Amino acid sequence: MRTRHALRALAGITRRETLRLVRQPGRLASAIVRPLVWLGLFAAGFRAVLGLSTIPPYETYILYEVYIVPGLAAMMLLFHGMQSSLAMVYDREMGSMRVLLTAPLPRWWLLTARLIANTVAALPLVYLFLVIARFWGVRPPALGYVAVLPALALAGLMLGAVGLALSSLIRQLENFAGVMNFVIFPMFFASTALYPLWRLDEVNPALGLLAQANPFTHAAELIRFALYLRFEPVACAACILGLAGFLGLAVQGYDPGRGFWARRGAE
Amino acid sequence: MTALSVERLSHRFGTRQVLEAVEFALAPGSFTVLLGPNGAGKTTLVSLASGLYAAQTGDIRIFGHDIRREPLHALAKLGVIFQAPTLDLDLTISENLAYHGALHGLTRTIALARGRAELDRLDMADRLDDAVRSLSGGLRRRVEVARALLHEPRLLIVDEGTVGLDVASRRTLLAHGRALCRERGVSVLWVTHLLDEVEPDDALMVLHAGGLRWLGPASDLSGTEPLQTAFLRLTGGA
Repeated sequence: MRTRHALRALAGITRRETLRLVRQPGRLASAIVRPLVWLGLFAAGFRAVLGLSTIPPYETYILYEVYIVPGLAAMMLLFHGMQSSLAMVYDREMGSMRVLLTAPLPRWWLLTARLIANTVAALPLVYLFLVIARFWGVRPPALGYVAVLPALALAGLMLGAVGLALSSLIRQLENFAGVMNFVIFPMFFASTALYPLWRLDEVNPALGLLAQANPFTHAAELIRFALYLRFEPVACAACILGLAGFLGLAVQGYDPGRGFWARRGAE
Repeated sequence: MTALSVERLSHRFGTRQVLEAVEFALAPGSFTVLLGPNGAGKTTLVSLASGLYAAQTGDIRIFGHDIRREPLHALAKLGVIFQAPTLDLDLTISENLAYHGALHGLTRTIALARGRAELDRLDMADRLDDAVRSLSGGLRRRVEVARALLHEPRLLIVDEGTVGLDVASRRTLLAHGRALCRERGVSVLWVTHLLDEVEPDDALMVLHAGGLRWLGPASDLSGTEPLQTAFLRLTGGA
């Protein structure tokens, strides 16, 4: 594989994914409205119920809105990762996946490039949300917006890899809705995106353990700490491990000799 | 060196044997028709030859490069037009071409220049900025032909390229495929179930129920009887 060829392919794939995203106004709008609904309605309603004490990385008592914004940023990446995964299944059913997979580049690189492309396409949306969240009084330090970029990128890659691995397991487009219900909602609710770990522990220690084992928790915490200029090594390591593991599964799933393509019936 | 060589190729999905001991070799610069009824295993053969998945038994080489051991060299020499449409409908023609070019390591400028030249041969150079969704089925196929040629492959596989097209579009596409072979020396494997796309001088392979039933000049198969009668005899339809 020549580096220049590999990078050109990455640029081409990124351009394609970005163009496809911006030409779907409905998807763009729902991507930005979804976290705002959580912030504007859910957080307002639960503000009184879910009072929060001072926990790292926050240095003072915070409002619930402030707490859930990093979790909602992670949720955007989770939904985007799953929708990109849906697009992979769609591309496979429609045939355009063949164009990607017959490119003279190693398949692991093609999948990685697609993963990077999808993450890059999502980042501006997350930033837009973080800016809008300022109107709700969620105002992290200015440098936090810079520090959060690598955290968002790593979290986005890891969650996108979850989707990519799933897409290699799903045989048909119709099965996708069911899988989403069994992946997105448990990942989102059994995490520290909406409530801090001590609250989960308080309700049931098993729930706390589940949240700690959940990769989405680490994505949310990595973003939360970075936004307030703190580095969370455990979350970072978990995200890197998760990325490597799920990408490995996806590469295996798309391997020409094993996985989906080998099992698949004649088309 | 052969353009495409297939040796002892067998593949099964579950308990169903889709291809069984298929062997052939395409000469460089030849126009070969792979003819077979629906379900004969043609698309599986194309998928295996383009490395989408690996065959369980047998070898496939494209200009000497084994598709399993040296996939990048083999794929660099191969252009494929798949049976299912593979263009991005929401993108323009030029965006589709640039995407394919990037996957093959071409700069945007080179990809678009070559794309324009290919489309010009198909009378479509003025449509580069049109969204693919606005094109008819016949025009979309032409774009796929132009796209498959961007990286200047030496072997072109066209899998049921004329399915669903009107008579004029079919004729244009077939004539273009033959011209590519004659004028530019591209080896073409034309996969079809339509007998009227076969000409007497073509190298012909008949695939039925996963096995090759005929290999040789089309005129030798038909001999004194019509091609259709000979084909039905080979495929058990008569």
